Amino acid sequence: MQDFLGLDAVTLARIQFGFTVSFHFIFPSFTIGLASYLAVLNALWLKTRDETYLRLFRYWVKIFAIVFAMGVVSGIVMSYQFGTNWSVFSDKAGPVIGPLMAYEVLTAFFLEAGFLGIMLFGRSKVGEGLHMFATAMVAVGTAISATWILSVNSWMQTPQGFTIGENGQYLPADWMQIIFNPSFPYRLAHALTASYLTTALVVGGVGAWHLLRGRSRNTGVRVMFSMAMWMAAVVAPLQIFIGDQHGLNTLEHQPMKVAAMEGHFESHPDGAPLILFGLPDQDAQTVRYKIEVPKLSSLILTHSWDGALSGLDAVPRDQQPPVAIVFWSFRIMVGLGFLMMGVGLWSLWARWRGTLYDARWLHRLAVVMGPSGFVAVIAGWITTEVGRQPWVIYGHLATADSHSPLDAAAVGTSLIAFVVVYFLLFGSGVAYILRLMSKPPEPREARLKDGAGPMHAAGLGAVHGESSERGTAQ
Amino acid sequence: MIDMLTDLTVIWALLLALSVFIYVVLDGFDLGIGILYPLFPKKKDRDLLMNAVAPVWDGNETWLVLGGGGLMAAFPLAYAVLLPALYPPIIIMLLALVFRGVAFEFRWRASSAFTRRAWDASFFWGSLLAALMQGITLGALLQGIRVEGRAYAGGWWDWLTPFTLLTGVAVACGYALLGTCYLNWKIEGDIQTRVRHLARRLGVATMAFIVAVSLATPFLAGEYYLRWFTWPSMLVAAPVPILLGLIALGFARSLFAQGRDWLPFLLALAMFALCFLGLGLSIWPNVIPPSITIWDAASPHSSQVFMLWGAGIMLPIILGYTAYAYYVFRGKLDPEEGYH
Repeated sequence: MQDFLGLDAVTLARIQFGFTVSFHFIFPSFTIGLASYLAVLNALWLKTRDETYLRLFRYWVKIFAIVFAMGVVSGIVMSYQFGTNWSVFSDKAGPVIGPLMAYEVLTAFFLEAGFLGIMLFGRSKVGEGLHMFATAMVAVGTAISATWILSVNSWMQTPQGFTIGENGQYLPADWMQIIFNPSFPYRLAHALTASYLTTALVVGGVGAWHLLRGRSRNTGVRVMFSMAMWMAAVVAPLQIFIGDQHGLNTLEHQPMKVAAMEGHFESHPDGAPLILFGLPDQDAQTVRYKIEVPKLSSLILTHSWDGALSGLDAVPRDQQPPVAIVFWSFRIMVGLGFLMMGVGLWSLWARWRGTLYDARWLHRLAVVMGPSGFVAVIAGWITTEVGRQPWVIYGHLATADSHSPLDAAAVGTSLIAFVVVYFLLFGSGVAYILRLMSKPPEPREARLKDGAGPMHAAGLGAVHGESSERGTAQ
Repeated sequence: MIDMLTDLTVIWALLLALSVFIYVVLDGFDLGIGILYPLFPKKKDRDLLMNAVAPVWDGNETWLVLGGGGLMAAFPLAYAVLLPALYPPIIIMLLALVFRGVAFEFRWRASSAFTRRAWDASFFWGSLLAALMQGITLGALLQGIRVEGRAYAGGWWDWLTPFTLLTGVAVACGYALLGTCYLNWKIEGDIQTRVRHLARRLGVATMAFIVAVSLATPFLAGEYYLRWFTWPSMLVAAPVPILLGLIALGFARSLFAQGRDWLPFLLALAMFALCFLGLGLSIWPNVIPPSITIWDAASPHSSQVFMLWGAGIMLPIILGYTAYAYYVFRGKLDPEEGYH
């Protein structure tokens, strides 16, 4: 098979899947959290009738609509990526993972899409009660969607409950075992929590930005910053705990992934060191310039100073994952996780001191950490996906045996098209979102300020007698 | 017959065909409205056109995800053969859908007339290319796909022939027709008169394309010819074109009559349904002509049963709240309101 720009078809298909799925996942990792945040804001508005909550709902729902649209269109691409580039995998694993994805569409995607229109445009048409219901359904839909797709991913990491047919297909034998496979609960908890944390950091970053611009008298700005900091303070430590549990589960089922994360080329029968930093050199099967703490890795992973840990030398070279990528992406994720917890704890301290809205260095850190959730999420996915190589179905089906019978040129050309289109279109989307974020939530948020086009919540004017906003529809 | 109805493979083929059909008509009018954009150059008209579908477009496209996911789940072999075989048109379709999908949001955020026009263009070209590629996909499927073992064995350009170009343009034309009929239902005044005129012309063009595709199809492969022109299968097949002709007449009348603005849309849906039925009769019981039947490609029994529970419970609920969402945004669109 011919190469394209020096890369073979399998590598190109892997890059393409990695690129399209990473880009896609940025959007749901935000909308999962944001949908719940909007449901909470709307519920608080209905309960307290404090106009600040409605203002924040209207502010964030505009951003939500843009992110959601980008998530939908990049998600449609994903439902065809399996077939276009990984047809052998689709044929073989289709009987197991296909139904789970069909359930995702049936129980989640339709729910989100069906109620999204009402959530965005329907408040005045259906009344506050049904509008709240629709908003809640969108939030629930995003979480259900994550549940199914993480079950699929987890089954590929820790497969069970199947037999292999004469035609090479994986045949489902026990659906409960398939859905509730060993890594699923941990991965689900870790990924959902990551989405909530990611959203909290974005909201907190936006709030902090406006506080730094001297808008601390805007109650919308104060409330969003305060809510986000509560969330970070509570969820970041929780996420570190869940991540630890997930890691222990990975050690049990995919020890080579953990060995790559830790940079352990050699097995340590009597206590493994924790390598903080170093340069993994897979050719030499060693980590150069490493800074390590003796026995600490064993203590973390086995809860014993002298616990035995297998290294990458336990498997043949061609069954080792690419170590450097996994080693670094894991450190990025963990490092950011602790920084997030730092933001949360600092906010607790500032809140206790009564300086939450005046602590400028906290605000500066929160702005910088605003996009850190996305980085951590992608780093986490790279860790788990590269770490399970060379397998696509762990221990059963190799990635190299799963791709479509395509020429490298076809995969390479489509990859370039995806890269160009995604950066162009989603880059524009991010620019529009940043522009919306750069303005603070205004007391009359539903009204249009910049003449760029009418708002989603147009119908609201009738409720509050702000009929003038309709004039902007022209 | 009874055996067939208890055969899960047949049930799944019918369910999948149903979801593809729902996708085609829902996203059909949705894409069709995008295709009509060049004919409505004024910003005010374009705002109205887009707002006619803004609350429902992503629900419409979800049926495409169900089509992809459902095909992988119920007929994994078909999914694994079809997508590599149609690699270029599928990739182009997906990218086109990205272009048009983001336009729904970005168009309202554009800060200058230039960028707004850029998103208008993105909406139009995305809609048009997606429709063309779907039509080409249909044509490529009809003309047959070469398979060896469990994989596609044809060339990279097999999907591009005069016949597939014909089906591509035919589908785009049909979508534009659905778009005008939907707008005729949802919009009033001046612009409604214009879409009505357009609908008449597009109706004639669509009928011409249907005749052309119908005449070309039986001669693509021996099987199709036998099905449509020999006894007794003719008995099943013949009513389809006859009914289609009658409905086309009713459609033409409804466009000239006043009132009942929903009727042309309903009759256009009926025309699409009959075309879809005709296509189904042609390829049955293949899922990928000429060599893969639905039974060759079907998932194992346990997958079919597991999914049937989900589909049986969820599809009626989905249809229920989808209908409700359309009901909420019922009636003529108020050009002064605008959802955005």
